[in-house]
Amino acid sequence: MAPAVPRSGDAIFANVERVNAELFTLTYGAIVRQLLTDLEEVDEVNKQLDQMGYNIGIRLIDEFLAKSNVTRCVDFRETAEVIAKVGFKMFLGVTASVTNWDTEGTCCSLILDDNPLVDFVELPDTCQGLYYCNILSGVVRGALEMVSMKTEVTWVRDMLRGDDAFELQVKLLKQVPEEYPYKDDE
Amino acid sequence: MQFFGGSEISPSPPVPTASGNNAHMMYIFNRNGVCLLYREWNRPLRTLDSNQDHKLMFGLLFSLKSLTAKMDPSSTEKGNLGVPQLPGQGCSFHSFRTNTYKLSFMESPSGIKIILVTHPKASDLRESLKYIYNLYVEYVVKNPLYTPGTPIRSVENLIDFNFHYTIGPEASYSTQLLTNMCEVSDDLAQVSLLQHLVYNG
Repeated sequence: MAPAVPRSGDAIFANVERVNAELFTLTYGAIVRQLLTDLEEVDEVNKQLDQMGYNIGIRLIDEFLAKSNVTRCVDFRETAEVIAKVGFKMFLGVTASVTNWDTEGTCCSLILDDNPLVDFVELPDTCQGLYYCNILSGVVRGALEMVSMKTEVTWVRDMLRGDDAFELQVKLLKQVPEEYPYKDDE
Repeated sequence: MQFFGGSEISPSPPVPTASGNNAHMMYIFNRNGVCLLYREWNRPLRTLDSNQDHKLMFGLLFSLKSLTAKMDPSSTEKGNLGVPQLPGQGCSFHSFRTNTYKLSFMESPSGIKIILVTHPKASDLRESLKYIYNLYVEYVVKNPLYTPGTPIRSVENLIDFNFHYTIGPEASYSTQLLTNMCEVSDDLAQVSLLQHLVYNG
């Protein structure tokens, strides 16, 4: 039997069930607004968004693996390419590009062409420290953790703060191989 | 509006074997060795209590994977036998057959292991295993009331119905019929709608 071929992001995006983009954007905006009202501190909101993203990421990875048929990526470069081309396309409908590799190949930047979360959004002066799309950094971190990669994901450039693009920096801290979970004497 | 099972599960469920000899047992483990699901349809002999049985099964798979990775003739660099491997790395086996049963195995890169024990004459079950993985994603992972890493309880989700009718004895019912029949309560629907939107984009 032939092994399953990985599907491209476009093919999966066409098959998967979608919701209205504006509904998604407005719902996300309502969530951030509510978090700001409840927590008041911008740093707390950033942390909470990251945590929410992490919880989403640990589940999202299984759906991604099931629908896209990717096999184990050989190294981190391939992982970043797969996230940018297949992952973002499949879930958000946008592609990202991978740039700024460091010499060891453990740190790269994902540049998003457009970001559906930030349509219609402007940050007021009181919230200038807010990373509005921090949920995405949590999602990437959570998903990679479930495939044994501990990473640190931060926003380098954010258009809502006046930069010219959305740039997410993904840094691989370490790979954690699985160990036999039971002790020998049990 | 359907909240679960709205998107198409791919691939389509495998055709049940004509002789009706479907699965005897099924296990699902996560990467930490927790047995998420255990179902049996035909098991005449039980030698151990269930905890021991799960540990034995998990240990068996772990050792077999180490062994196959070490014996791989095509890869150049191999660790020593017993060195922990990343899930999905190195070559892994997909089934073994004895004279009384056949065990089929699939592991995802996220560490979810699915095991089916069937009649020894069963054909290659990799498609069925992929289908089960898709069911797991659709009904367990997307269920907002399920905590990842804990055993799946049949009350919480619809996966049990799907397994029973596609893999177990009554393999002639279709899964779509069953998902349509299952009622979802109102507050569950509210929560899952929001999760579904935020999660699916």
